[in-house]
Amino acid sequence: MMGRFLTMRGQNGPPVARHHPWSTRFARHLQTPSKPAPGAVVAEVSGAGLLRAGRTVLDRIDLRIRAGELLALLGPNGAGKSSLLALLAGDLAPTAGRVLLRGRPLDSYRPAELALHRALLPQASPLSFPFPAGEVVRMGRAPWAGISSPEQDDAAVARALAEADAAAFTDRPYTDLSGGERARVALARVLAQQAPLLLLDEPTAALDLRHQELVLRTARARAAAGDAVVVVLHDLGLAAAYADRLALLHGGGLAGYGTVGEVLDGERLSEVYGCAVEVLPHPRPGAAPLVLPLR
Amino acid sequence: MTDRPRLLTAALATALVLLVLAAAGIGAYRIPLPDLIASLQHRAHLGGHALDQVADSVLWNVRLPRVALAALVGASLGCAGALMQGLFGNPLADPGIIGISSGGAVGGVAVIVLGIDVLGTWTAPVAAFAGGLVTVLTVYVLSRSGGRTEVVTLVLTGIAVNALCGALIGLLLFLADPTAVNQVVFWQLGSLSSAGWSQVLAVLPFAAVGLAVAPRYARQLDLLALGEGPARHLGVDVERLRLVLITVVALLTAAAVAVSGIIGFVGLVVPHLLRMAAGPGHRFLLPGSALGGAVVLVAADLAARTLAAPAELPLGVLTALLGSPFFFWLLRRTRSRQGGWN
Repeated sequence: MMGRFLTMRGQNGPPVARHHPWSTRFARHLQTPSKPAPGAVVAEVSGAGLLRAGRTVLDRIDLRIRAGELLALLGPNGAGKSSLLALLAGDLAPTAGRVLLRGRPLDSYRPAELALHRALLPQASPLSFPFPAGEVVRMGRAPWAGISSPEQDDAAVARALAEADAAAFTDRPYTDLSGGERARVALARVLAQQAPLLLLDEPTAALDLRHQELVLRTARARAAAGDAVVVVLHDLGLAAAYADRLALLHGGGLAGYGTVGEVLDGERLSEVYGCAVEVLPHPRPGAAPLVLPLR
Repeated sequence: MTDRPRLLTAALATALVLLVLAAAGIGAYRIPLPDLIASLQHRAHLGGHALDQVADSVLWNVRLPRVALAALVGASLGCAGALMQGLFGNPLADPGIIGISSGGAVGGVAVIVLGIDVLGTWTAPVAAFAGGLVTVLTVYVLSRSGGRTEVVTLVLTGIAVNALCGALIGLLLFLADPTAVNQVVFWQLGSLSSAGWSQVLAVLPFAAVGLAVAPRYARQLDLLALGEGPARHLGVDVERLRLVLITVVALLTAAAVAVSGIIGFVGLVVPHLLRMAAGPGHRFLLPGSALGGAVVLVAADLAARTLAAPAELPLGVLTALLGSPFFFWLLRRTRSRQGGWN
């Protein structure tokens, strides 16, 4: 149903007509979003502010999110990380400044079009009805209805299931899975969407050590394949190990934005988190620094 | 697993055909099956033969319109229930909760009590339909803020509207004379005993539009099970989806209420049983619930008019007697599964 007569303009080239596999009558003029060039700015946040119920949630945020980069959003609870993701996803509109996705304001996209450009993994992924986990992952292919072939959909689902290590329980009802299993299925669903901007809100929260590493390796791999990835993290060590760039939020503003070495500074982290933190070089050369609370 | 929906569809369709034949033949005036089929053939110009005048009149002016109305009302209620549950993401949702049934009842009761008769026999059905539609639109407008609707707000507003409608019906009954009170009570109990072809024609367009539109939104309803945010992220225009589906639900239920009074629990029980049997995918659930609702209501109406013959049980009372224990069981099960309400 959605966007049956949708016309989509990518960044380059004219719209390409593709025929719907089961209904040529409703042939849609759609174009797969063109892959951004490595290093190209996918999303741009400039001077963005957000007021909600009279409270400043975000204030003068400037970020450039580039293809091929993994950006970690850090900061204490209530610093505005999820709100910033909501701006990037187009769920909320900034009350000051602007947010552009591939050069266009987010509210100029139609929902069906936006779904081909960005995917978001929310903090929690409840499900109202007991769909099998495999079907939940397949829902991630919904934006591609009429664009990709069934074989491409199958391949994307299989790949996403493997990446999230969720292939073992595709036939079980999602509602019967454990918290960690659900988190992996939810991640697989978002990966199956194959959007060039991938937004992950605390993807490691429910996961054991092995799966935390697996998720960030997957996010890394997606960045290496040319996607722009934004991950909200609480574990500063994970962020230091996997992110190309860090954005440290504090009270709705940016307290630091740059490479791991630039942002992870003991004094700055101590101030932002309101708790003494030290940053130590790892004893093994080349490894990411260790971030530890002073105990 | 993938064959289940197909098998269930075939089973339900067979059951419906058999029940329709049974319901058309059974009653105070029995019409044997061979005569029944001969008459159907005769009217379709496929051979057969005409029945004697009494049998013909019973079959074509009494039984068949009643069976057709039961099937249409049941299909509308079943499909509306499946839509509501998908829309609210809650298997306990029922068309009644957003106040359509009671809003429709206010309209119907008002014209009976106040003796309004501008549209002849059409007055009560039209008023009930208008009442239901006004109610659901009011609920929707009141519960929107900032261009969005919180489901909790919508449900709570529905409760408030239901309370108001209950009070209005009470007030009207207080004002009414005894004959009108009898009429109102009978209508409120839910019944198909006044069925005729004119009622069938009154329901048909609403039911047909609703039943044709609903399955087109099956995939989007599946996505809505993820929540409104994730559904939006997958390209669903959630606001538009909700507006369309609420209108469809209003069409289906208000039309059913208008001709048959309040018949509860069909919309709750049928989709729920089908979901347990064939999974929660709406591609089967929406048409399946329509078919299942028709089966249930044709069977229930047959029972209502034969169990206590020559008296007739009120259909709404019968469905509520069977449906409410199911609702209790559902409540208990849902709560123990979730470990409380969230």
